Amino acid sequence: MATLTHHHEPVVAEHLQEHPGLQRTFVTIIIAGIIILALGLLAAFMGWGEHHEAAGHVASASSHGHAEHAGSPIWLKRLLVSLWHSNVFFIGVSVVGTVFMAIQYVAYAGWSVVIKRINEALSAWILPGAVIMVLVFAASLINHDLFHWTVPGIMDKNSPNYDAIIAGKGGFLSIPFYLIRMVSYLFIWWAFSQRLRQLSIQEDLNGGTSYFHTSITTAALFLVLFAVTSSMSAWDWVMSVDVHWFSTMFGWYVFASWWVSGIAATTLIAIYLKQAGYLRMLNSNHFHDLGKFMFGFSIFWTYVWFSQFMLIWYANLPEESVYFNQRLGGFDGRYTWMFYGNLLINFAFPFLALMTRDAKRQMIMLKIVCIAILIGHWSDFYLMLMPGTMKGENGFLIEIGVALILLGAFLILVTRRLAAASLVPVNHPFIEESVHHTT
Amino acid sequence: MTKRFALGIFEDEDVLLHAIDNVRGAGVKIYDVFSPYPVHGIDDALGIERSRLPIAAFFYGLCGLSFALWMQIYMLGFDWPMIIGGKPNIALPAFIPVSFELTVFFTCHGMVITFYTISKLYPRIKTPVLDARSTDDKFVVAIELDETSSQLPKLTQLLRENGASEVNQKEMTKF
Repeated sequence: MATLTHHHEPVVAEHLQEHPGLQRTFVTIIIAGIIILALGLLAAFMGWGEHHEAAGHVASASSHGHAEHAGSPIWLKRLLVSLWHSNVFFIGVSVVGTVFMAIQYVAYAGWSVVIKRINEALSAWILPGAVIMVLVFAASLINHDLFHWTVPGIMDKNSPNYDAIIAGKGGFLSIPFYLIRMVSYLFIWWAFSQRLRQLSIQEDLNGGTSYFHTSITTAALFLVLFAVTSSMSAWDWVMSVDVHWFSTMFGWYVFASWWVSGIAATTLIAIYLKQAGYLRMLNSNHFHDLGKFMFGFSIFWTYVWFSQFMLIWYANLPEESVYFNQRLGGFDGRYTWMFYGNLLINFAFPFLALMTRDAKRQMIMLKIVCIAILIGHWSDFYLMLMPGTMKGENGFLIEIGVALILLGAFLILVTRRLAAASLVPVNHPFIEESVHHTT
Repeated sequence: MTKRFALGIFEDEDVLLHAIDNVRGAGVKIYDVFSPYPVHGIDDALGIERSRLPIAAFFYGLCGLSFALWMQIYMLGFDWPMIIGGKPNIALPAFIPVSFELTVFFTCHGMVITFYTISKLYPRIKTPVLDARSTDDKFVVAIELDETSSQLPKLTQLLRENGASEVNQKEMTKF
């Protein structure tokens, strides 16, 4: 009989065996990343495939009159920017694990309990990611590679670097205040992730419903804080790269990108665990729901993306449309293919591929879409950050190399955390409901 | 036309789902189950085939999208071209909200009309209720009987064994 209501198998703890093949795969990813990074650095250092001055001229149309600062050599600047870019993406994926779990708690949702440990494991990147983030920000201050507003004198009327628009934002964009904010967001995310993880593990050991109720309160508080910090971190970490420009949709835009990537990462890990023989209680009904989430939030991302785009396109105010001007044809059109590709991979593909019920219930289809979404949203962040920082001097080898190194490290940490506790939260009050979930 | 039914009344959702499996396992064909609210997993238990409504919905959506694009392109591009905000006459980004709305409009109206047509729901329909308590707190399993109701004793036993709190017989005309 097909119904799950006849499941009499008891829920038992499952432990992930860290086997050497897996570690070897992750190390291989890191080594591949290092090789690609080295090639990219070499290419940038030697100036292979360098673009000509023409590209620079388009860029200067959007930049302002005052003297250009020297900045780091291109290879170093690209390295810093790509570290920032990939790290912002991975931190987002990481914290979304906790956000997803917090929402499930607050909603008293039962279906997702079997994948809860994957959400918990994702947050393993928050701490190392935070360290990388602070270090990269500090390093970027030397030559002001990331944020134009950090240039000395830019807010000083008597300086040749003075920029009235940036000076007007000086109350918010000052380096100490920025650092305080950055550390606070990361600390809040890390602390709540740790707390929810601890409660969950204690629940495994001791049982009872008290941990569950504490988790709900904790999760509710976290969601309120995350609503504010996710939006603010999007302004700080991503939008302030294009410091003259602003968009009131930006917080949602970045959140939507993180959120759908986080769900894709959860789903992908769930599929790999399932295919390796773990999570026996996880079945196509759970995948169906995860698939619906990815389908729905791919559309949500598109909705936010389009809301931002259309208003700016329609009003066509120079100070706003410069953002899309740079991405659609600016810098000799070097971002144009990515701009359209971004919409195809993040909207058209998941929308069409996950439309039917069967697609959402098949692991192979989900796997393809998950990988597409993760690559797509990494590229989305690329498009958010590169035109503002690298202008017409962007590239891909260094960026992909850095992304692979961080990916390998991310996977090692996530796997370690997955292996640290049972993959099934055996004493969660809703575990039975999750096992019997039908869609 | 008169039909006869054996009605097994159940108090609990889980008992009901088990009973459905066992009754069907015993080779008895269930006419329908009436419940006060949608029961998870009951479609599978009853062996109901999946609806093909989503396929229809996709094509209604496609119709809506095509209609919306055609309408806007024809009106603003050919029938009465106007320059608005310095944009080209056929300015696709500006058409997307209307196209989206009409896609949704066509899809949901198409689905509702199709669903009503297939289910033979129309205004002033007389709805036969086999047991009024299925709108309150009871689950009713209806099994069709033949002219003589000869299977009734056996069915009564089967339903009782599987947790039915009572088993009634009911006749319905014009079903």
